[in-house]
Amino acid sequence: MAEIKLMKGNEALAEAAIRAGLQGYFGYPITPQSEVIEYLAVQEPKHDYVLIQAESELAAVNMLYGSSGAGARVMTTTSSPGFTLMQEGISYLACTELPCVLVNVVRGGPGLGTIQASQGDYFQAVKGGGHGDYHIIVLGPNSVQEMVDHIFLAFELADKYCNPVMLLADGAIGQMMEKVTLPEPIPYKPNKPWATTGKTPDRKRNILTSLFIESEEMEKRNLRLQEKFKKITQNEIQYEEYQTDDAEIIVVAFGLCSRISKRAVDIGRESGIKMGLFRPITLWPFPLKQLEEIASRKNVKFFISIEMNAGQMVEDVKLAVCGKKPVHFFGRLGGIVPTPDETFNAIKSKI
Amino acid sequence: MKKGYELIYKRPKTLLSKRMHYCPGCFHSTVHKMLMEVVEEMDIQEKTIGVCPVGCSVFAYDYLDVDMQEAAHGRAAAVATGIKRMLPDRIVFSYQGDGDLAAIGTAETIHACNRGENFTFIFINNGIYGMTGGQMAPTTLEGQKTTTSPYGRKPDTAGMPIKMAEIVSLFERVAYVERVSCNTPANARKTKRAIRKAFEFQMQGLGTTFIEVASNCPSGWKCTPEESLNWLKEHVFPYFPLGVFKEPAKEKV
Repeated sequence: MAEIKLMKGNEALAEAAIRAGLQGYFGYPITPQSEVIEYLAVQEPKHDYVLIQAESELAAVNMLYGSSGAGARVMTTTSSPGFTLMQEGISYLACTELPCVLVNVVRGGPGLGTIQASQGDYFQAVKGGGHGDYHIIVLGPNSVQEMVDHIFLAFELADKYCNPVMLLADGAIGQMMEKVTLPEPIPYKPNKPWATTGKTPDRKRNILTSLFIESEEMEKRNLRLQEKFKKITQNEIQYEEYQTDDAEIIVVAFGLCSRISKRAVDIGRESGIKMGLFRPITLWPFPLKQLEEIASRKNVKFFISIEMNAGQMVEDVKLAVCGKKPVHFFGRLGGIVPTPDETFNAIKSKI
Repeated sequence: MKKGYELIYKRPKTLLSKRMHYCPGCFHSTVHKMLMEVVEEMDIQEKTIGVCPVGCSVFAYDYLDVDMQEAAHGRAAAVATGIKRMLPDRIVFSYQGDGDLAAIGTAETIHACNRGENFTFIFINNGIYGMTGGQMAPTTLEGQKTTTSPYGRKPDTAGMPIKMAEIVSLFERVAYVERVSCNTPANARKTKRAIRKAFEFQMQGLGTTFIEVASNCPSGWKCTPEESLNWLKEHVFPYFPLGVFKEPAKEKV
């Protein structure tokens, strides 16, 4: 039965993973997401998932590779510096086409950075942080409830496309407590004929590899991946619009910033400025066409991207708007979360 | 079969009939055959899953007729851990070279051994980076010339060759460690016996099993296959002695 609880974002996502049929979790503690592995460690005796505290994020992501290849529903979670270490494995997972869920509860960087909330890993998440041409599906939750909902969606998309899917959260969403509805656990029965479970006489051996030494074969694999990415772009884009119908100013924001920006839009509306919010929910694939359509509207004067970084998603907004309207940016850095008032003032200053 | 003749030697059914890419004289093909003979004799083809490394044996899955995963360089122990934990009743092995297991993947090797992950390492130690063209390995002998130690390995700057069998035998949860070679038919048979023992211990759930093969590399060592066997005897075995470093207590077996 569905349950209503008051929970921390990190714990809610861990509970959601269990309810979504988690079979293997591999991770390394790092602030601000260590509650995930701690929660799973406490719950472990009641369930039959495998949990390993790995020696590093590098090992964790490769355990994820092995276990996903063995046909299991698996997840890892980390925060920024750890996510950088995982890039090697993510590139291999993407090329080998292994389904898995990755969560980055982002903290401020670069370097060791800070442990407060940030969106500084947007580029790394959506442009492909590892080597080679690949994409992972990236979801941007903005509440504890969405940490739960997006975990279910992420497992589903991972299996549907045989591709890694990640949640790009942030330290604030990971740490904050909110009311959350936990759905009923779903029975998970993997159907993965490609998995390495042991060669039975009725089939050829299964080989999972990202090595194609002949250029023609490597190109073939690349084209297959690109075809899949096209399909994902056609089918899986999600976004949310708020007060955009008659808006003259379009505020674009994802994750935590979308909630701050929503309040800034309300402040604007209260003082008679026609503002609206466009919130990409899938950060890859990015809702380029939807933003392009809005940019073509006569009443729209300009766009402004609000982010907790030095201006990363704003590049995708510019790609979508394609010079049709001015695109501005406002952001705070280093783990600082902008307030609705300063966000509103920043937007107003562009009028 | 011609009348009066008896078939006494053949390729195991678990070894695919494909021409191998290995250099003449290299032990990889011998170890592949031993490994697949064990799989056939133990009748475990349906239960065996292997992990390939990055190195000369990166294409091992082209020859071994079992399910296999290709790991990133050095990560075979982590990948094998993931497989074995999800499928504990299967027989899992990683097949790795010295660069893979003892340089870039040392952390993964050490921690898998420390956790006592219940799979078998097959470690091919030939003291050189064969695939990339003969560079220095962590197991290259003192004074041995390679393309990146053209004046011979200098311990002052490169350290001494790393003794993995000795190191991993220190871990409590490692069940069985043996260093073998394939320089003579007798030693090749010992290699096969060691692999079989390792798989049997794995099936009993005794912990990590680790077979190090003191191997050769005629191409990388720039010598004939025969000379490489002499080099093994004269230089490699004195530093990397063959033998059993750890075995499960009798009552456990």
